[in-house]
Amino acid sequence: MINSPYIRKPASVQGVMLAVLIALVPAIVVYASQIAAVVLVNLTIATIAALAGEALVLKLRGRPLAPALSDLSAVVTAWLLALCFPPILPWWATALGVLIAIVAVKHLYGGLGQNPFNPAMVAYCAMIVAFPALMSQWPAAGQLDFATQLGLVLGGARELDAIASATALDTIKTGLRTAGATVESIMGQSENFGLVSGRGWEWLAPAYALGGMYLLARGIITWHMPAAFLGALAAISAAFWLVDPAHYASPLFHLASGGAMLGAFFIVTDPVSGATTPRGKLIFAACIALVAYIIRSFGAFPEGVAFAVLLLNICVPLIDMNTQPRVFGHRGDKAR
Amino acid sequence: MITRLFGFKGGVKPESHKNESSGPPIQKGPIPKRLVIPLRQSIRSTARCLVQPGQKVLKGEHIGEGEGGLGTSVHASTSGTVVEIAPYPMAHASGMETLSVVIEPDGEDRWIDHTPLDLRAVSREEALAWLRGCGIVGMGGAGFPTHVKIGGGQGIETLVINGAECEPWITCDDRLMRERAAEVLSGAMILRELIGAKQVLVGIEDNKPEAIAAMQAAASKLGDGIAVVPVPTLYPAGGEKQLIRVLTSVEIPQGKLGTDFGVQCFNVGTAHAVHRAICFGEPLVSRVVTLTGNVARPGNYEVLLGTQVAELLQLAGPKADTDRYIMGGPMMGTELQSLSVPVTKGTNCVISASPALFPPPPPELPCIRCGACARACPAELQPFELYWFSRAKNFGKAQEYHLFDCIECGCCAFVCPSRIPLVDYYRFAKGEIWARERERQASDQARERFEFRNYRQEREKEEKAAKLAAKAAETRAKLADTGEPAPAPAEAEDPKKALIAAALARAKQQQAAVAPRNTEDLSADVQAEIADIDARREKLNQQDADKAP
Ligand code: SF4
Ligand code: SF4
Repeated sequence: MINSPYIRKPASVQGVMLAVLIALVPAIVVYASQIAAVVLVNLTIATIAALAGEALVLKLRGRPLAPALSDLSAVVTAWLLALCFPPILPWWATALGVLIAIVAVKHLYGGLGQNPFNPAMVAYCAMIVAFPALMSQWPAAGQLDFATQLGLVLGGARELDAIASATALDTIKTGLRTAGATVESIMGQSENFGLVSGRGWEWLAPAYALGGMYLLARGIITWHMPAAFLGALAAISAAFWLVDPAHYASPLFHLASGGAMLGAFFIVTDPVSGATTPRGKLIFAACIALVAYIIRSFGAFPEGVAFAVLLLNICVPLIDMNTQPRVFGHRGDKAR
Repeated sequence: MITRLFGFKGGVKPESHKNESSGPPIQKGPIPKRLVIPLRQSIRSTARCLVQPGQKVLKGEHIGEGEGGLGTSVHASTSGTVVEIAPYPMAHASGMETLSVVIEPDGEDRWIDHTPLDLRAVSREEALAWLRGCGIVGMGGAGFPTHVKIGGGQGIETLVINGAECEPWITCDDRLMRERAAEVLSGAMILRELIGAKQVLVGIEDNKPEAIAAMQAAASKLGDGIAVVPVPTLYPAGGEKQLIRVLTSVEIPQGKLGTDFGVQCFNVGTAHAVHRAICFGEPLVSRVVTLTGNVARPGNYEVLLGTQVAELLQLAGPKADTDRYIMGGPMMGTELQSLSVPVTKGTNCVISASPALFPPPPPELPCIRCGACARACPAELQPFELYWFSRAKNFGKAQEYHLFDCIECGCCAFVCPSRIPLVDYYRFAKGEIWARERERQASDQARERFEFRNYRQEREKEEKAAKLAAKAAETRAKLADTGEPAPAPAEAEDPKKALIAAALARAKQQQAAVAPRNTEDLSADVQAEIADIDARREKLNQQDADKAP
């Protein structure tokens, strides 16, 4: 027997995931047109790998295929990874990364909704640790023609030095190790910098933000995490920058570089592995920004968002437990 | 009177489906062939039967005497003959049976003599007794006796009249307000006088402009101190606590009553019944019921209490593909197990459901912690946490997360993209907790009794020993200075009493210490609900036992 309520809002997990995919479209368009068209190939490879991996595990676990495959959650993970990885990553590395995310992280924890860690970020970190060289080969925007890009992705000789140019974050970090170098001098020297960050790459930031607005408007995400994440990142970087502008990049640079915007709207906001209470979301996202900034500026890796997310994933139960909102009618006595 | 509106958090906007039934005026339902009037008017009290089979009764005649503090009188809804007094199913999810008076109407619909009550000539207590005698209870669904609710009327600032009617499909209050605004407000003024409130606020969802206009017109004739306030259409704005919040900004916690906060709330139907009872002396024998959904003639019908649903449905003509019937609204109603159940004072709506109108939800997916449920919850709970703890049978945690603050409004399940029947999990957990509670209380009592017996035996032994010692000492003393018998230890009585008192106090303390959080101060509604769940479980157990070879 079905019990009340007898009516349901026409909402579905599939709908939520689809909204996320739609929200990624502006960034994909910018990416493909400004930076590397091969990203479209990567997205396809990642999608296939994700669905195949998901199907395989479901089969092994004896679960029905259709509901899980059609909920699109695997595709979301695949797309996020493809967008995080360098666009010229060989196809097998992209596929491997996606399989790590789906098989190892998502399903070993019990499938959709069960994973305490963000699957895409676990896979990203695993790949960085396992293939540091491959994972740091980024082309400058528009540097390689499509045939070359495709050749690199599908395998073939890789002449690293010829194609690899460090990301904006990386350039700044390594550049500052030289005596006398300042942020300004580094940015002035390299033609890979645009107005505020990496040339071409900096346009990804507004595109992700646009998608984020869409998610906010649809009510898929709430303002808490993006606001706290971007706010905290801006505040911390501003503090350092104001004290020593020669050796710390501006807040604008930080917001427009690396995974900041993608992180703010699409990664930090992963509901399954993130904090859930309103105050918890603020704390969670702000802490990620703090850790990411520290890794970016002082750590061994050029980009910090992924590691920061994983670190904070561990703290989620603690954060949630201590930020339970007040229940209706219970003024001043918070739930424990 | 200027009123500022306040919001409550959460809420959802399901399609209202009010137009289907709100068009035509209230029609009087015909006198059915048979009336089944349950003596159990609510879960809390069963009336004592005053009639016998074969006896002739008139409309409004007393057939059941309300018993206990929460009892109200039961009346014959029309004139006729009592043909049977037997258990019949009542309108309840469990299909529970209850002792009912079956009346065969004579078709004359002849009233007993009834006269209005002059409120100025009687005391407040007499007026309350009058309402109790007229069988007035809350008509919004809970069926709580009105005289009891008025009873605590001390320091009440505001009387709220609930005309929000936020559940989709239901329009009986809407029609009542449109057609009988003056009567509803007359009842409101009587209630105001009885509870001693200063102002009356009538809250109506703004998707009922005609009702608002009619009520405002009627209110303008009554002068100051009464305001008809349109409230935003947002389910569950008609939840008592939500409406009070919207109109007065007061938040009444679970387990507390409005009286503690200077507000009291009555449904418009109740106000109307109060008007009839005081101004005409009419007992509550009929009510307006919405018949809607998959029917040929949706609308509102004024029907006699005790009319069986099967007969009631003929008025609206359910279509052929109707597969089940929902009593109440689609958010909080229950599926009827039997069509022989009668209309009672709390029956506001019967919806004919078809697979097209109410499709079964697609299969449940895992929770993705999207938080949609938490944003929709008007009790400001974290439904997914409650779900998780209920599912894992971690009832202690569920209580810590305020399970008993859940009003089972269904908003969370309504929005859940994974289509998890969240409310079912809460019902299960609440029932389980209550069952364990009962068991524990019973075993506590048994243990106490046992401990007390042990203690008594020990004490008796000690006393015996003491007596013997005293006697020995006495004898010795006697032997020592022959003569002068020492006074017997007669005060032994007193320390004994003190010891017993101490033991009882200890036992009481122990009992108090183990009471769980969040089940204290349960409101009558919640208790009733729990009793319901118990009854349901009892029934299931019974079925299981029957099935077992
Ligand atoms: S709405 Fe459903 S899926 Fe989302 S958090 Fe609540 S229970 Fe989980
Ligand atoms: S049913 Fe309970 S938990 Fe769900 S929205 Fe209503 S009050 Fe909140």
